[in-house]
Formats: sequence, structure tokens, C-alpha cells
Amino acid sequence: MKETWKELPIGCIIEEGGTSRKFKTGDWRSERAIFSKEKCTNCLLCYIYCPDDSIIMKNDKVVGIDYDFCKGCGICAKICKAKAIEMKPER
Amino acid sequence: MPMKALTGNEAMAEAMRQINPDVVAAYPITPATEVVQLFANFVADGRVDTEFVAVESEHSALSACIGAAAAGGRVMTSTSSQGLALMHEMLYIAAALRLPIVICGINRSLSAPINIHCDHSDTMGSRESGWMHIFAEESQEAYDSIFQAIKIAERAYLPMIVSTDGFIISHCMQRIDMLEDKEVQDFIGECKPHHSLLLTDKPYTVGPLSLQDYYFEHKRQEIEAMMQVAPIIDEVGKEFGDKFGRHYGLFEEYKLDDADNIIMAAGSAAGTAKVAVDEARDKGIKAGLLRIRVMRPFPYKQIQKVLKDKMIISVLDRSDSMSTMGGPLFIETRAALYDTETHPPICDYIYGLGGREIDVENILSVFEKGEIYKKKGVEKKLAFIGVRE
Ligand code: SF4
Ligand code: SF4
Repeated sequence: MKETWKELPIGCIIEEGGTSRKFKTGDWRSERAIFSKEKCTNCLLCYIYCPDDSIIMKNDKVVGIDYDFCKGCGICAKICKAKAIEMKPER
Repeated sequence: MPMKALTGNEAMAEAMRQINPDVVAAYPITPATEVVQLFANFVADGRVDTEFVAVESEHSALSACIGAAAAGGRVMTSTSSQGLALMHEMLYIAAALRLPIVICGINRSLSAPINIHCDHSDTMGSRESGWMHIFAEESQEAYDSIFQAIKIAERAYLPMIVSTDGFIISHCMQRIDMLEDKEVQDFIGECKPHHSLLLTDKPYTVGPLSLQDYYFEHKRQEIEAMMQVAPIIDEVGKEFGDKFGRHYGLFEEYKLDDADNIIMAAGSAAGTAKVAVDEARDKGIKAGLLRIRVMRPFPYKQIQKVLKDKMIISVLDRSDSMSTMGGPLFIETRAALYDTETHPPICDYIYGLGGREIDVENILSVFEKGEIYKKKGVEKKLAFIGVRE
């Protein structure tokens, strides 16, 4: 059950900061970026270009895509010289 | 208590100085320019602690005010006509975010044709924006009402416009009984915002998206806030009266009790109407005036109570609604009276557009017409005073 108007905080606000983390914007994606670890040269261009901060890094290496926020724009696939990212339609 | 001869604009600027708001963001427009121009002098002379933001438009002025109020400040501005129209988008946002900003509004007609003089089309055009609105009849009331507006707005968490009639009041000199600076500060108290962006240990998000799943609840909450306002306005008006001797309510009744032939008006024309009431009474007409002070929220219940048994009600509207049913004051009063069992006869007169003068004779003729309508019923629901036909 969601809150009634009586329970909501005043003034259309959200009573905390940084709430965009909780708002999963990946659900309107029509194409999915698929990452191949084998082909990746770790140049980090995708990391720099991704507009949604959705390239997951671990120990300075790209390890995958954050599908909670990846909007499927294809910029990473386009920028990757090693063809380590491929766009596939979402089912 | 100090006494000064001031114009309406000077009185409003003095009130702002005594309030000493945290932030004022403004853009000049005739006839409101003077209010913030004088206030800017106070800032330059170090007589207030206010952060004065000179912006490039009224849209930006109110946007800056919204930011400052969300940061937790006490915030004011002043505008008129096209300026208020340019603020229109931000008016709704200030109200929905429940930010108690106060605007010193100066009523002026809207273009086209371009005209700098008084009518109520600007502030009446904002009546669905969620702002509370006081029409001051004259400068003393404007001065007094601004202090009340700060208090009411900060209690209701809704913004408020206090308006005077352009030039007629804004530029005319009148004796003002002023309060001492300390009395003002004691009366308005400390600003207690519902949230403050400057409290970084308690971060919050202002203005997030609210779609089908929450928008309706947010609006319902705002409507409720407006529903709770009337008693706050009464309380604050009474508190002001008890302290300083001048009482204010939702509307003013002038010789209304025993009257059967009523005129209803807002703003400076009510002063003229009071003289007309006296003259009509000399002629044996049981004339009375209901002067609307608070237009938002519209005090419909209280109006029902005092008007339900009257024999004729003539509303004076200084703007039209373009609904073809008459002006906003008429339409809302008529709607309020629908819920009475008596359904008193009511008619509308549009007057004074673009600063066209209205005099005692004009208003006397409305009372005289009312005497005829009392016997024969209302012949003309909507008429125009002072237009060449
Ligand atoms: S752009 Fe391609 S090669 Fe470079 S880090 Fe990203 S996936 Fe790896
Ligand atoms: S598809 Fe777009 S959003 Fe998704 S990871 Fe690649 S660049 Fe980022």
C-alpha cells in the first residue's frame, strides 16, 4: 500500500537526498548492452562515455553493465574499438 | 507609534524593511517598481541584512525566491501585471512546494492593449495558482497586511500576495500609523521553514517527479492546506488588532447588518463605495457594503451567512473572466449563494478596466438600480459601468 495524501511529507518533497539511486531508470531500455570480458582491452572509453554511469568497475577493470540504470543508448558499443560491447534487443 | 505620510509603494517598502527578509529577488515593473527600488536603497544603505538578487525577468525573480525559500529563508518580492503573468508558471510551483513567499502585488491591467493603470485582471488571473490573496483597500491596510501575510504564510506553508490598486493606492500619499521595528519583529517571530536545504545533515529532495501514482495525493494535500487557511487569517488578523488596534478579517462589513441593498467590491473602489453607502442612506436606501479582503481562499461560508437574507446584491468586478458569465468576484459569490435556501438576487457590474475611473455617482446609480431590482427582479445580470456604449 502506498501512502495516502495525509501521510506524505509536506511540499511534494522526498525526505532524504541521493534518491536517484533508488529510482531504477533501466526499465525503459529497448536494447541491452552485452559485455564480453575476453575482448575487452580495458581502455575505459566506455566508462568515460556512458551517460548513465552504468559501466561497472572493479579493481580498475570493467567487469560488466549495471542494468538497473543502463538505458540502452548504445554509446558504449559505438565507442568500443575492441567490439567488446554488443547491443541486443530486449525481450 | 511613529506616523508618516507615505505612498502605497513607500508603505510596502517600509514594511519590507521592517520585516528584514533573508532574500528579495525582483525585477522592476510599473507601478510596482518603486517598492523594490526603495527596498534596494535600504539594502545599499545597510539598513537590512537582506540578500538582494537583481534578476533578468520576473520568471527568474520568483524562481530565485523559490530557491531561497527552499533553502529555509524568509523571502519576499514585488510585481505587477505582465510581471505576475510571467511568474505564472512559478506561482504554481511555489504553492505546491509549500513555500511561504510573500509578494507585494500592485494591481494593473494586462496587455493588450498595453496599459499601466489599475484593474484586477493580473492578480485575479492567478487565483487558481494556490496563492493566498489579500486585496488591500488602502495603504494602511496594505502595510498592516504584509506583516500578517508573513505570519499567515509561514503558519499555513502557502505563499501569499498582498495587493493594492496601481497608482490609485500605490502612488497616492496617505497617513500611515507605523509600527516600531521591534514590534514588527516580535509580531512576525522567527521564520520556521518546514525544511531547509542549508541543513546539510538533513538532506531532502525538492521538486521530484510525481506521476500517476503520487501527483493526485500531492495536489490533494495542497488543496487541504488551502481549506485550513481561513481560521489562520482570522486568528492572525485578530492578534494584530489586539496588539495594534486595527482588526482585520476575511472581509469587511460596512453598514451591512440592517442593509438590504448590498454592493460587493474589492480594492480601492470599496473606499468610494463607503461614501456612496452613506449618500444612499441619506436618500433612504438601506445600503451596505461587503468588501472582500481575502479572495483566496474564497470565504464562501462566511459570505453565505451575511448575504443570504439580502434583497439585492450588486457585485463590482474590476476584471472580467471571459466566461461570458461576468467577473470572478460575481461568479464565485453567486456560486457560494447557490447553497443558501434563499438564493438572494445578484447581478454583476464590470468597472474600471485599464484604470477607468469610478466615482460616487456611478456607485450610487448601482444602489438606485438595486432598488428597482428589489421590486421587479434583476433585469440585467451583467452590466458595465463607465464604458462608452
Ligand atoms: S571501450 Fe571496450 S575495450 Fe574499452 S573498456 Fe570499454 S568494453 Fe573494454
Ligand atoms: S548502453 Fe548506454 S547507458 Fe547502457 S552502458 Fe552503454 S553507454 Fe551506458
